[in-house]
Amino acid sequence: MIYFDKVTKIYKDSTPALTEVSFSIEPKEFVSIVGHSGAGKTTLLKMLLAEETPTNGAVFFESVDVNNLRRGAVNKLRRRIGTVFQDYRLIPSKTAFENIAFAMEASGKSDAQIQSDVPQVLDLVGLSDKLWNFPHELSGGEKQRVAIARAIVNQPDVIIADEPTGNLDPANTQEIIYILKKINDMGTTVILTTHNKGVIDSLGKRVITLEKGKVIRDDKSGKYVL
Amino acid sequence: MWTSFKRVTRAGFVSFWRNGFLSFSFILSITIALCVISAVLLFNIISNNYISQIKEKVDVNVYFAPDVVETDVLGLKKMIEALPEVSRVDYISRDQVLADFKNKNQDNAVILQGLDEVGNNPFSAVLNIKAKEPQQYDGIAKFLESKNALSKDGSSIIESVNYNKNKDVISKLSQIIQVTEGVGVGISVLLGLAIIIITLNTMRLIIYSAKDEISVMKLVGASNMHVRGPFVVSGVMCGVTSAVLTALIMYPATYYFGKILKIISSDFSLNAYYLTHIGEIFIILLVVGVVLGAVSSYISVRRYLNV
Repeated sequence: MIYFDKVTKIYKDSTPALTEVSFSIEPKEFVSIVGHSGAGKTTLLKMLLAEETPTNGAVFFESVDVNNLRRGAVNKLRRRIGTVFQDYRLIPSKTAFENIAFAMEASGKSDAQIQSDVPQVLDLVGLSDKLWNFPHELSGGEKQRVAIARAIVNQPDVIIADEPTGNLDPANTQEIIYILKKINDMGTTVILTTHNKGVIDSLGKRVITLEKGKVIRDDKSGKYVL
Repeated sequence: MWTSFKRVTRAGFVSFWRNGFLSFSFILSITIALCVISAVLLFNIISNNYISQIKEKVDVNVYFAPDVVETDVLGLKKMIEALPEVSRVDYISRDQVLADFKNKNQDNAVILQGLDEVGNNPFSAVLNIKAKEPQQYDGIAKFLESKNALSKDGSSIIESVNYNKNKDVISKLSQIIQVTEGVGVGISVLLGLAIIIITLNTMRLIIYSAKDEISVMKLVGASNMHVRGPFVVSGVMCGVTSAVLTALIMYPATYYFGKILKIISSDFSLNAYYLTHIGEIFIILLVVGVVLGAVSSYISVRRYLNV
């Protein structure tokens, strides 16, 4: 479903962020990517979203080279990938409901669908009572759950979670990972990057380990080893 | 398409309202711009008004010898009227001049007595000439000089032309008028440029603070129109609000400034002018405000769209 083909990324005037990285991800897989800061995890995800272009090699999403897409097609691709970030990235001037509704509006959903889906998805992440709260009125864990709700509301094929638990306490971390697992069980591919050893060890899913821009380990049912 | 338009407009309204402080600073910036534009506009109107008043006051009088027959004068009047630079020629007969003089000095017994002692009418007929532009008086005066010899018995029918006496004043005046008009245009252009740059910069700062928001919108797959639209709608709303504010501010401003102007010229009321032309002025303010708001938002968002 997703295939990184000998991807190399060199940012201006610096050492390579990624060197000849190749791996593939199957549908409905739950893949964790681990590595020290600067190992190239986020760069990898940005290339899948066509936010960055590889210096060499190619990234394929269902046999389509992501970096050869036109702007309109990039927007369509992004609507099929839900993203969750460490810093939540909610729109501060919009309520929880509106933040999620925005993603649905962007993909051209009808008003009726928005009215029925947004409360449902907020219920799924356990925030049915925070529909009309602004991000600054929510705790870190709640913000991240809104972000997850936004990522899944368009029923994407893939969820990318870039260190989603980086700013959260252990209880909220468990909660978020539980939600991600649930989403994966419902049939969505999940790509997770994290520093959290406990999370990886408890998941018991596939782990790709990056070091200095290279894949050094790819275990079917891995542990956090660095 | 209609749904997108509706959503973009609604989002623009909501963000205009919720980002109150940012909207306020942008409104402030556009309002200042519009106030400057109105000031320039009114300045041009005031100075044009004064200039035309002054132009109106400048004229050349041709005095004829007392024994000149009226038909000769009227013949000359026709010739002068045929000149392209002349806007108006008035003939004032000897009797009229006398009557005007008496009227003007009706309270001055000494002068009236002196006039009686002279006996007959001591005044000569006058042609009052008004040119279209002050700098054209020189040409008219030259024409009159060349026509000097034109009289039946060989002597000149023109006694004097007061242009030569007032020559310096008239040419100075026409220079001042030309400079004032030039400076007015120059100041308007400079201020206009300054306004555009200041508004654009304010908007760029405002949009800079929203750049993360824009990148999130792009990452959830929103089209450029969907991201940019609400900012442009907010910009338009700021423009409309600023136009209304400026129109309100200009009312007391023209009132108080008009009072000062009254000292210079009593027959022009700035406030009354403002009130009678409020419709046109408001439309100008509205168009400029909306264009400033929309264009600066549109341009400022562009640089953050490439995510």
